[in-house]
Amino acid sequence: MDPTTPFSRRIFLQQGVTLASLVSTIPWFLQHSALGMLSADSRVSSQAGVPEDRILVVVQLSGGNDGLNTVIPYGSDDYYRARTQLGIAAPGKENGALELDRTIGIGLHPNLNGFKDLYDDGRLAVVQGTGYPNPNRSHFASMDIWHTANRSGRGDGWIGRYVDCTCKGSPAADAEVAIGRSAPLAMIGTFAKPVAFEDARLFQWMGKDLPPHSMAAPYDQMNRAGALDGVEPGSQAAFLMRTALDAQLSSDRIRAAIARTPLVPYPGTRLATQMRSIGAMIRDGLKTRVYYASQTGYDTHSNQAGSHGNLMRELSEAVSAFQADLKAQGNDTRVVTMVFSEFGRRVRQNASGGTDHGTAAPMFVVGSPIKGGLHGAHPSMTDLDNGDLKFTTDFRSVYATILDKWMGAPSNAILGGSYPNLKFIRG
Amino acid sequence: MTNLSMSPLDRSRFDEAAARHLLNRAAFGGTSRQIERLASMGLNDAVDYLLNYEGVPELAISESEFDRDIRKPPTTAEREMAQLARRNNDEAMLEQVQKLRNERDGKDREQAREIQKWWLKRLIESGRPLEEKMTLFWHGHFATGYRTIEDSYHMFLQNQLFRSHATGNFADLVLRILRDCAMLKYLDNDESRRGRPNENLARELMELFVLGEGNAYTEEDIKAGARALTGYTFDDDSFRFNESGHDDDPKTILGQTGAWDGDDFARIILSRKECSEFICGKLYRFFVNDSPGMPSKQVGPVVKALAAELRKQQYELKPVLRMLFRSQHFYDTANRGSAIKSPVQLTVQTIRELGVPPRDLSTLNSATDLMGQSLFMPPSVKGWECGRSWINTSTLFVRQNLAVYLITGKRPDAFDWDESLAEWPTAELEAAIAKRTGSDASKESDALLDLVLAVDASPARRAQFTAFTSTLGGTLKGQRLVSALCLATALPEYQLC
Repeated sequence: MDPTTPFSRRIFLQQGVTLASLVSTIPWFLQHSALGMLSADSRVSSQAGVPEDRILVVVQLSGGNDGLNTVIPYGSDDYYRARTQLGIAAPGKENGALELDRTIGIGLHPNLNGFKDLYDDGRLAVVQGTGYPNPNRSHFASMDIWHTANRSGRGDGWIGRYVDCTCKGSPAADAEVAIGRSAPLAMIGTFAKPVAFEDARLFQWMGKDLPPHSMAAPYDQMNRAGALDGVEPGSQAAFLMRTALDAQLSSDRIRAAIARTPLVPYPGTRLATQMRSIGAMIRDGLKTRVYYASQTGYDTHSNQAGSHGNLMRELSEAVSAFQADLKAQGNDTRVVTMVFSEFGRRVRQNASGGTDHGTAAPMFVVGSPIKGGLHGAHPSMTDLDNGDLKFTTDFRSVYATILDKWMGAPSNAILGGSYPNLKFIRG
Repeated sequence: MTNLSMSPLDRSRFDEAAARHLLNRAAFGGTSRQIERLASMGLNDAVDYLLNYEGVPELAISESEFDRDIRKPPTTAEREMAQLARRNNDEAMLEQVQKLRNERDGKDREQAREIQKWWLKRLIESGRPLEEKMTLFWHGHFATGYRTIEDSYHMFLQNQLFRSHATGNFADLVLRILRDCAMLKYLDNDESRRGRPNENLARELMELFVLGEGNAYTEEDIKAGARALTGYTFDDDSFRFNESGHDDDPKTILGQTGAWDGDDFARIILSRKECSEFICGKLYRFFVNDSPGMPSKQVGPVVKALAAELRKQQYELKPVLRMLFRSQHFYDTANRGSAIKSPVQLTVQTIRELGVPPRDLSTLNSATDLMGQSLFMPPSVKGWECGRSWINTSTLFVRQNLAVYLITGKRPDAFDWDESLAEWPTAELEAAIAKRTGSDASKESDALLDLVLAVDASPARRAQFTAFTSTLGGTLKGQRLVSALCLATALPEYQLC
C-alpha cells in the first residue's frame, strides 16, 4: 500500500479496533466453546473417561479396492483358480505375499511393507470381509451407503451425525476437516459441515494478488472485523460477518500449520501429501476431531497388477509415514486411522487382466490405540453369491466400535441401529 | 414492528429499491437498467411481467438436446446373452456384458453433467427467470437425486415437468410427480407391488411433499397410502399402471375408506388444510425470509393468508405468488436483504446483475457443487436445507473466489492468469454509478456498495470501503472498477439478497 496515503495499514488497523466492539471480534466458534464450557449440559464428548483430544482419521480408497489382492487368502486353491494371472503368490515365493497368519494362509500384498511392520508391531487391525446385505455395485450408490451408514444411502453422513450429536447444534468451525475437492457426504450433518480444501494454498481469497496489489489489507480488514457495530447481532449479516472472521482464522492457522516442515520425511505422493497435512494440523493442536483423506484409482477393470501394486505402495508408505510422524510428535496415542473402500472386486478376474465391481473387502484400522491382528473371518472362497464374496462383518460394526470405544459417542443413536462392537481398540 | 399486511404496497412506495428486491427474490436480480424499467412499470405491472412470463419468448429446447435412449433397457437379445453367459459361466461373454454396462454408465454420467450445464446456462439466460426459479424450487421440494437413479434422461424429463408446472397448479403437479419415472425410481415405487408394498414414496408424499412432518397423518396412513400406490411404475420413459401389481382392496387413509389408488390417495391428502399451510410455509422461506426459525410464529398470519388464497384458488399458484409479491409484508425492511443467496442464486445473480461474462460453464458447475448445491444431485429427499446451512468457513472462500473468477477470469486453481480476461464492458455499471453520484466523485464508493449489496451497508463498512477506493488513484472505471468489484463481492454482506 502506498505509504503516502492517509490510510496506511497501521491506521487501518487502529480504525478497525475502534470501529468494532470487543465482543464482535471474538470468533464465533470460540464464543460457542466458551458457552459450551459454562453449560450444565453433559456434552457427549465430555463423558467421563473419554478424553476430548481423541482423533479419527478416515482414508477412503475410491473406486472399489480389490480386497482379495490386498489381504491375500494364499491358503486357498480357489483363490489361485479364480486369479489365474492376478493371484499373488504365497509368502516366500517371488513377489509373494507378506505373511500375516500361517495357519489359515492369510497375507498382505507385497507392497504393503509398511502395513506389515505396523501389523508386527501390533498396531494394525485387519477387519476381514466387511460389507452389508444386498450389496450395491454402483460406485455412487455404494459409496453413499458407506457414507451414511444406511442401506438406502440417504440422509446425513455418519461422521456429520456424530458431530451433530456432540455439539448441541453449534459445531466448532473446524470440528471436521476434509482434504479434497468437496466435502464428503460422510461429514455432512444437519449442523455439521466440514472445512474442506484440496490444497491449503487455495483455502483463502484469490483476489489478494490482483492489481493494484493493495487488496490484501482492505480485504483482511473487512473480513476480520467480526460483526460490525450497528449490525443486529442475530441477523443474517452478523452471522456472515462472524463466519468470515472464522474462515480467516481457520485459513491462517491451517496454512501456517501445513507450511511447517514435518518431523519425519513423507513421500511426495498425493495421498502422502494429504496425510502430511493432517499430521501437521494434529501437531499444531487444532481442535479437529475427524480428518478425511482419499486415494483414487481403485477402479481396476483392466491390467490391474501394476496399477494396483502402485496404489498399495502409495497407501502403505503414506500411512506408515503418518504413523511415524504421530509417534515423533508424541501424538500417536491420540489418533486412530480407518481405511475403507466402497466395495471389493469380483472373485474371478476378467479377461482384460482386471477385476469388476464386487462386494466384501477388508478394512484397516491403524494406530497405537489399536489391538492389532486379524479381526472377523475371511469370507469363504467357495460359498459365493453369484461369483461374489459374502460379507462376514457389517462395516457398521467397525463404525460402532470406533464411536463407542474410541470417540465415546453412542453408536446406537448415531447409526440408527445396534451393531456389535469388535475388539480392535485396546482398553 | 414488521408490517404483516398482505394488502398491496402503496403505489408510491414501489421505488427502485423495491423493484430491486422484487427482482432479487422473484428472479435472479438484474442490471440497474432492468431495475429502473421494472420500477417504472408500477407494482402491479411489474409483478405481472415477472409472473405472466408466457408472453416472453422461451429459450427453445430441442427434441434432440439429449439422448433419450442413453438408458434404454437392454434388448431381449442382450438380456438373453447375459443370461446365457451367467448360466454357462462364460467369462469372456460376461465380461463383454459388463464392459457394455460400464460404457453405458460412463456415457450416462457424462450426459448428466451436460444436463447440469444446460440448466445452469438456462438459469443465466432465460427471459423468464421466475419460471426457472420456481423450477429450482420444485426440484428442491420434490428432491430426486441422479446418483441414486442413474438415469440422466429421466432427470431431464423431471426438470421439464417442473418447468411446465412451475407456476401452475400444485395439485396437478402432485398427480404428475406420482407418474414421474425419476421419482418412482428414486423412492422405489417401481418395486412396490400388491402384497409387498414399499412405503418410501407414500411416506415422503405426506412428510415432505404435501402435508409436512407429523401433520395430520399416522404410520397407519402411510401403510395404507403405500398400498394405494402399488403398481405405479414405469417402462422406458413412460409411466405404467401395473394393474396386476396394484392392491385394489379397500384401505383407510385419513379416515376415508375405499378401494383407493395413488391418485385417490393424493386427492385425500390434498384436501387437508395442512397442505396449503405447509406449501406456503416453504414458499415463504424460499421467497421472503430464510432466517433461522422462519416462518416464525410472528409471521404466521402471513402464511395463513397465503394458504387461504391457495385453497380458494384450488391450488393455482399464480394468484398466491401475485398476492405475495404485491404485499406490504414482502417489501418490509425486515425482509429486504434477509435471505442468503443459494449457490445457484449467487452464481446466476452475479452474472445477471453485474453483467460479467458467464465464463466457463463447467467451472461454474463445479463451483456450485463446492458451495453445496449440485443441480440434479440434492443431498437427500429432503432437498437443500438452504439459509445459513449454505455458509461455512470453506464455502465462504469458494463464494468469494467464484466472484473473483467471474469478474476477472482468474481461476482459483490456476496461477498463471491472463489479465486481459479481466476486461469486459463495464460501461453500463459505470453509467449506473455516475447516475447515483451526479458528478461528485466522493460518492462513488457509496454508490458502488449500494449497487452491489442488497443490504444498506453500515457506516463502518462504508468508511472502510471509501478508504480502499481512495487508494485506487482515480474514478471507478475499467480496471479500477474491476478491483473494487472484487473487494465488494468479497464482503460478507454480498452473500445476502
